[in-house]
Amino acid sequence: MKVKYKIDENTVREKLHEVMDPEIPKISVVDLGVITGINIDDENNVSITMTPTFAGCPAIEYMKNDIVEKLSTLEVRDVKVDVNYDVQWNSNMITDKGREMLKESGFALPGKHNGLVQIELLQNVECPFCGSKNTDLRSTFGPTQCRAIHYCNNCLQSFEQFKPV
Amino acid sequence: MNGIKDFTEIQTEAAKNLLYRLADDQLILGHRNSEWTGLGPILEEDIAFSSMAQDKLGHSQALYQLLHNMGEKDPDTIAFTRKVNEYKCCHLVEYPIGEYDFSLMRHFLFDMSEAIRFNMLSSSSFEPLAKIAKKFKGELKYHTMHAVTWINQLSTGSGESPDRIQKSLDVCFPLALGIFEPSEYEETLISEKIFFGEKALQEKWLEAVIPVLKNAGLKIPDIENITAAYGGREGIHTEYLKPLIDEMTEVYKIDTGAEW
Repeated sequence: MKVKYKIDENTVREKLHEVMDPEIPKISVVDLGVITGINIDDENNVSITMTPTFAGCPAIEYMKNDIVEKLSTLEVRDVKVDVNYDVQWNSNMITDKGREMLKESGFALPGKHNGLVQIELLQNVECPFCGSKNTDLRSTFGPTQCRAIHYCNNCLQSFEQFKPV
Repeated sequence: MNGIKDFTEIQTEAAKNLLYRLADDQLILGHRNSEWTGLGPILEEDIAFSSMAQDKLGHSQALYQLLHNMGEKDPDTIAFTRKVNEYKCCHLVEYPIGEYDFSLMRHFLFDMSEAIRFNMLSSSSFEPLAKIAKKFKGELKYHTMHAVTWINQLSTGSGESPDRIQKSLDVCFPLALGIFEPSEYEETLISEKIFFGEKALQEKWLEAVIPVLKNAGLKIPDIENITAAYGGREGIHTEYLKPLIDEMTEVYKIDTGAEW
């Protein structure tokens, strides 16, 4: 069966920008870097591959369902989402726009790294509120798996950092 | 690199046995860690143990999923419906959380082995496992960072703190050696480059934990004269595992087919 309008990858990618991380609703799954593959066959069957930020991320099921829901509004025949570890997520995969959105949401950014996260990346992290680097790491574990807690000695506020992984 | 389909029968058995051991350790310690939720000595530790619990359960799920891809039952069924003697976790992870010093020492000794194990496995010839291992080792970095920080802090603290940490080390050490209980598949795992083997892992682990413990001023237990707590990998468990599994599956067993 040939379809009249073949959906292209860009259309799908655009739509995926509407699927947000439920815990940080300003950042889309695309900008978060968790979409690792988009495949569309001749009959407009779409298959998406995604990978979790952290293996135990409870938001993955929600995002998966949201992807199916949003993409179903396009003229697709079927949408499948496969979650796997063929490509392993790391914080360098967050796009520039994603980093901007994280900052807007009040998060300190994960430092870029070469695959090896050292403790230095968690020290003197720039405060998202006042920009000071006079900050202390309080805990490498925060309210969700992907966040660490810091304290700013300049503006005297606690803040969260999206962890470098 | 090998996929699931490239394996002979014995290789498949060996890989499955390894995966069950790994997954069950994650599941059981994940549940134990979660028991600190709401009870941590300080808020940050409450959060840390809860987060690590979540990581461990995520790791168990990924490993059970891989087993499922190899023809075993689905992750929930494997996790919650086996008999106690079908679990292959080591004794260390089964013990109740006890006092905070015990949980901390267990976390240190176990996660140091995990970090090395998954680093080794990231170059496994079994491709699906290597990929998962690459993911896990990045997350485990945070677990070991946390453990080392607190072992140092409490071992050099004032009052009863150093003594309690020493006592926990003495209690945990034989249990921790049980992590490395060899299986009947060691030769296959090693020759097929699926895993470097428990013996190699234990050596690397000792090289990693001893300097940290010494640096913290702790007395290293006399390894030559310790009997490792073996049995878990063969399905022989401590008295603590069954009540844990019963509790963990209590709701599930009320209605096994329920849609959530």
